[in-house]
Amino acid sequence: MKKIIKLQDLDCANCAAKIENAIAKLDGVIDVKVNFMGQKMTLEAPDEQFDNVLAQAQKAARNIESDLVFLG
Amino acid sequence: MSKKEKSLLKRILIAGGFFAVLLPVYQLEMVHGPPRLELLLFLIPYAIIGWDILWKAARNISRGQVFDENFLMSIATIGAFFLGEYAEGVAVMLFYQVGELFQSHAVSKSRRSIADLMDIRPDYANVMRNGALVQVDPEEVAVGDTIVVKPGERIPLDGVITDGCSTLDTSALTGESAPRDVEVGQDVISGCINQTGVLTIEVRKEFGQSTVAKVLELVENASDKKSRSENFITRFARYYTPAVVYAAIALSVIPPLVTGQPLFLWIERALTFLVISCPCALVISVPLSFFGGIGGASKCGVLVKGSNYLELLADAETVVFDKTGTLTKGNFVVSEIHPQGLSQEQLLELAAYTEHFSSHPIATSIQAAYGKAVDPERIKEIEEIAGHGIRALIDDREVLAGNTKLMRLKGISYSDDTPVGTVVYLAVDGTYGGYILISDEIKADAPKAIQELKEIGIRQTVMLTGDADAVGQKVASRLKLDKAYTELLPADKVERLEELMAEKSQKKMLVFVGDGINDAPVLARADIGIAMGGLGSDAAIEAADIVIMTDEPSKIATVIKISKKTLGIVWQNIIFALAVKAIVLILGALGYANMWGAVFADVGVSILAILNAIRALNVNAFLPAKQNR
Repeated sequence: MKKIIKLQDLDCANCAAKIENAIAKLDGVIDVKVNFMGQKMTLEAPDEQFDNVLAQAQKAARNIESDLVFLG
Repeated sequence: MSKKEKSLLKRILIAGGFFAVLLPVYQLEMVHGPPRLELLLFLIPYAIIGWDILWKAARNISRGQVFDENFLMSIATIGAFFLGEYAEGVAVMLFYQVGELFQSHAVSKSRRSIADLMDIRPDYANVMRNGALVQVDPEEVAVGDTIVVKPGERIPLDGVITDGCSTLDTSALTGESAPRDVEVGQDVISGCINQTGVLTIEVRKEFGQSTVAKVLELVENASDKKSRSENFITRFARYYTPAVVYAAIALSVIPPLVTGQPLFLWIERALTFLVISCPCALVISVPLSFFGGIGGASKCGVLVKGSNYLELLADAETVVFDKTGTLTKGNFVVSEIHPQGLSQEQLLELAAYTEHFSSHPIATSIQAAYGKAVDPERIKEIEEIAGHGIRALIDDREVLAGNTKLMRLKGISYSDDTPVGTVVYLAVDGTYGGYILISDEIKADAPKAIQELKEIGIRQTVMLTGDADAVGQKVASRLKLDKAYTELLPADKVERLEELMAEKSQKKMLVFVGDGINDAPVLARADIGIAMGGLGSDAAIEAADIVIMTDEPSKIATVIKISKKTLGIVWQNIIFALAVKAIVLILGALGYANMWGAVFADVGVSILAILNAIRALNVNAFLPAKQNR
């Protein structure tokens, strides 16, 4: 499953790159792209794990940029 | 400005005001208070402006994220306070926040202007439901539904007109400002604005499949495909910050041990290092430039599917064209009329009358060239001689129109030195009357397109065509192309393209331009595939890396120019930012640059790099003059 998630308050391009790297390392992530200019993230993971992966990704992203909000 | 930006601005103003009062008071030593008081007073603006940075730094360290800019700024400013340089401590934090505010504002502003540019998403559709018109979300409309589009509204879905006529503004999709006339039976695409009349449209594609949704998806995802320079900068940033931090530690410890100079002097120099260690200017300005370049290109009616393609295009060396539909219009028109013993008008009139009942493309083109109504009363007899042409009695004169075989069959002597193309010979009452040449028309801007490509440094222009050699060579020589390969089968095209790819310089790019119809393998094989006339052609949008929404080949030079400009900006920023940082690092290590200099350099570089990056969005120079008003 592939989902586009809008991001709010993604403030710096460097952090976007860091977030992308951190999420890419998570288990179950097939592909992830954090688009700073578009303020969104494309996350691909197997259907049955998707919600779990998304929660993990959110946690990983918050570790880097605490103000970040996933708008779903 | 967002809420977050507003509150930051407020803090900057308050802390800045406080600082502006404190600074002269202490610099001019107007007050001789106890040093404790001085520290306390400077801590007030510092706390106002820097609390969130300190807090983030502390929190991130607890999570094992050490080398981020919050940490660096905190260490640098706290260090300054410990050294008694209160003013420097506050100033660094203040200017850092000014830079952050500017950066955030510039980015959201350019994002918004690109979003406006691509604001082609229709908000609603007026759909017929049970005989009444209802306003619904375009996504809820099904194929076969009937929708009504009023003047001033945006066409929400692709379909065919069943009632009404109007003019459409296609500029949001094509960059073309001339309105397009439409009438019953014509296909219309979503995203155009209906200007004059009410249109009733039968929907042919659901929203997700319609042009507007595809275009939006394509542009929005374009910056996902990262360019080499973006990847370079991201990699660079990963090593740059830690490297500078370690250099700062070494700088604060080693020289004092070796030279015996006081420790605080070198710590101060090391803190200067930390101020300049943030790679933000680069990391933000590179993707911002590409985003701007892609946005600017779409303003010109060219969709670039990724930053990487925009980057590669600047290295284009060879441009290979398909002929029909790319350089030529792919339709037949009368290009020459050579009468003999008749006037041009007479010859054309007789031909139009003779071909009146035929629907062959050649007949259609002659009728179109004649352009007047035919009076069927004047045509007495009409007989088609298969494979030869037509014999007709017009105004009681026997007219023959057809090929050389017809002339020979009827024993009419005709002139043989006719040019290349499809020729219709005409005879009246057994006497040769001249000929009409019909050929595929070269697009109006094709000569300009080739000339511009030469001007911007394309080494070789090549044409591939399945057409007859004589026809192909003529088009090639008229357009001054360097090479033309003719009479090619689709598989031959791939082979020729591969030969050309092998010939070109290694790091340079080969661009193939086609109309997306039956040249998908060649589009895919080339370094960069450009499809023409993307409006309404799904195949072209799928297969190509870059889609030109209009039928104009001159847009190829336009997008290469945008690519070169964008790349120029990217490298200006990279070189400028790295040079300034390197100079400040050296001066700082030698003790010539203090923290003031470092923070000015860092914030200044960021601001200049962002302003420079925003230039990529400005493509007015490449748009047709009429839009420049």
